[in-house]
Amino acid sequence: MKQKECTVSAVKALTENIYEMKLSDIGEACIVPGSFVNLTIPGLFLRRPISVCDVNGDELTIIFRVVGHGTEKLSAMEPGEKLPVLLELGNGYDLSKAGERPLLIGGGVGIPPLYYLAKKLHELGKEVTAVLGFNTASELFYTEEFQRYGKVIVTTVDGSAGVRGFVSDALPEGCSFFYACGPLPMEKALYKKLNIDGQFSLEERMGCGFGACMGCSFMTKLGSKRICREGPVFDREVLPWDE
Amino acid sequence: MGRMSTDLCGIRIDNPIIPASGTFGYGYEFAEWYDINLLGTFSFKGTTRQERFGNPTPRIAECASGMLNAVGLQNPGVDKVISEELPKLKQVFHKPVMANISGFSVDDYVYVSKLLDEQESVGWLEINISCPNVHGGGMSFGTTCEGAYEVIRAVKNECRKPVIAKLSPNVTDIVSIAEACEEAGADGISLINTLLGMRINLRTGKPLLANTTGGLSGPAVFPIAVRMVYQVSKAVHIPVIGMGGVSSAEDVIEMMMAGAAAVEVGAANLADPMACKKIIETLPSVMDRYGIENLSDIIGKA
Ligand SMILES: Cc1cc2nc3c(=O)[nH]c(=O)nc-3n(C[C@H](O)[C@H](O)[C@H](O)COP(=O)(O)OP(=O)(O)OC[C@H]3O[C@@H](n4cnc5c(N)ncnc54)[C@H](O)[C@@H]3O)c2cc1C
Ligand SMILES: Cc1cc2nc3c(=O)[nH]c(=O)nc-3n(C[C@H](O)[C@H](O)[C@H](O)COP(=O)(O)O)c2cc1C
Ligand code: FES
Repeated sequence: MKQKECTVSAVKALTENIYEMKLSDIGEACIVPGSFVNLTIPGLFLRRPISVCDVNGDELTIIFRVVGHGTEKLSAMEPGEKLPVLLELGNGYDLSKAGERPLLIGGGVGIPPLYYLAKKLHELGKEVTAVLGFNTASELFYTEEFQRYGKVIVTTVDGSAGVRGFVSDALPEGCSFFYACGPLPMEKALYKKLNIDGQFSLEERMGCGFGACMGCSFMTKLGSKRICREGPVFDREVLPWDE
Repeated sequence: MGRMSTDLCGIRIDNPIIPASGTFGYGYEFAEWYDINLLGTFSFKGTTRQERFGNPTPRIAECASGMLNAVGLQNPGVDKVISEELPKLKQVFHKPVMANISGFSVDDYVYVSKLLDEQESVGWLEINISCPNVHGGGMSFGTTCEGAYEVIRAVKNECRKPVIAKLSPNVTDIVSIAEACEEAGADGISLINTLLGMRINLRTGKPLLANTTGGLSGPAVFPIAVRMVYQVSKAVHIPVIGMGGVSSAEDVIEMMMAGAAAVEVGAANLADPMACKKIIETLPSVMDRYGIENLSDIIGKA
């Protein structure tokens, strides 16, 4: 965990309400795929947790959807503005479990953390497949970027691009391990449908993001865990989703 | 002795800055951010007789200049606090710590207090009387003079360490409750706990917190806290610890002028893990700016 005063180096709209932001001056940080950062947005009391989408040297990329005050203000920030950030939060995905043919499954703004994961798995020589789910063609982002690191399957709910339906309707066979991030209903559907081992990234409203307030507790099969600290990534075996 | 040092119920502390219960865990999380020995002390997470998972999530909501929480006293229970948390804390913190205690019956409070009173690392017992009294119909002990008196008296009878009564602001007359605690033998008073609040999710039209209501804290409550600390410290003859919205060295000075002998800092630690360190480091220069030689000189100046 580290505190840094980063500089906004670029903000770009990827779709109507999804933005990509680059932050420079992150310094020497040890950032793993699936971890998150917590941003202080001027004028707002609590920080905003956002997943790490990519790291290039001293520069961090995040992708976020505008859903409220904080993300709205964030999207309006200009290059050169300072942004206090807590880095290296959360556990991240376990790359050692990937096997040879890892499957990455993301929905909406659950997709960004999988990008840095795909890059790292590709570096390890793994045969990556990514299933990326969207509502409709106009909401697609990063599908071409993902192709640098593996095979990409796109789904849209209305069928306007790729496979019609949900990510759970387009799961390939023969994968060794899965890594998922997306809305809870999507994750629960995958939990039921997939018969390989894997990991899910969860989210919760956070007070601190670094383990101090017990705001983000989640009851797993191994007892109570903090999503910000022992999570956000959990092995499927520990999730209480059997009903 | 430094310019910031102060006496808290018979124990000298290097400075009056004390992270508030529930915002500092059992301390060691913050030891990753800075050397927590520079604090006066800190109040650890509200501890109960049995382990508690707390309320369903969402437990946290934001508002202008503050936050709501409905954590619901999640803690591992007093036995585990003694066998696991305190030994871990000992590795990183070498000063007496303030034990924050909660209960749902007088018996609970006494049971937990007695066990923590015996711990060498515990300096003070801060009794959070804002919890509902399950045997008394769910009304909080801290909302009636009788309930407050009963809990503090019972704990005082069984414990040797200084007992600090932590008051809820959700009452009509906080002064009379503070007086009841003093009469029951409290060695100090701390206030304020959170103010009951609520937010609604506009998308669902339903309460945002799973618990429906939650406790408001942060800068939004500061003027209320200053007012209550002022009123209570004028009325009682025991030290008062002021808290509620403190987030800067200036706030600390204001709280002490209102009558606080020491100051707790809560929500500010969540927004910025370095908050207390920054306050302690900037205090001397802010004291200089206002011509304050020793912090203890300004207590109750207002
Ligand atoms: C570990 C983690 C990683 C995340 N990664 C991403 C990401 O990569 N891209 C992305 O677009 N979003 C991500 N989110 C969700 C993102 O944090 C929220 O969308 C954002 O906080 C909303 O802020 P706001 O001020 O716009 O909304 P408001 O509704 O105005 O926010 C009010 C409060 O609620 C909190 N909040 C609201 N929605 C959420 C939510 N879904 N999850 C957690 N807190 C919420 C805010 O942080 C704030 O404290 C992530 C959440 C978590 C917990
Ligand atoms: C997340 C959170 C958890 C809290 N838990 C406790 C607790 O367990 N026991 C207690 O006495 N007070 C608890 N409090 C109240 C604080 O100790 C403090 O009284 C209150 O937040 C006002 O101070 P602040 O405005 O600086 O936060 C909690 C507050 C927050 C924000
Ligand atoms: S958000 Fe504070 S403990 Fe997780």
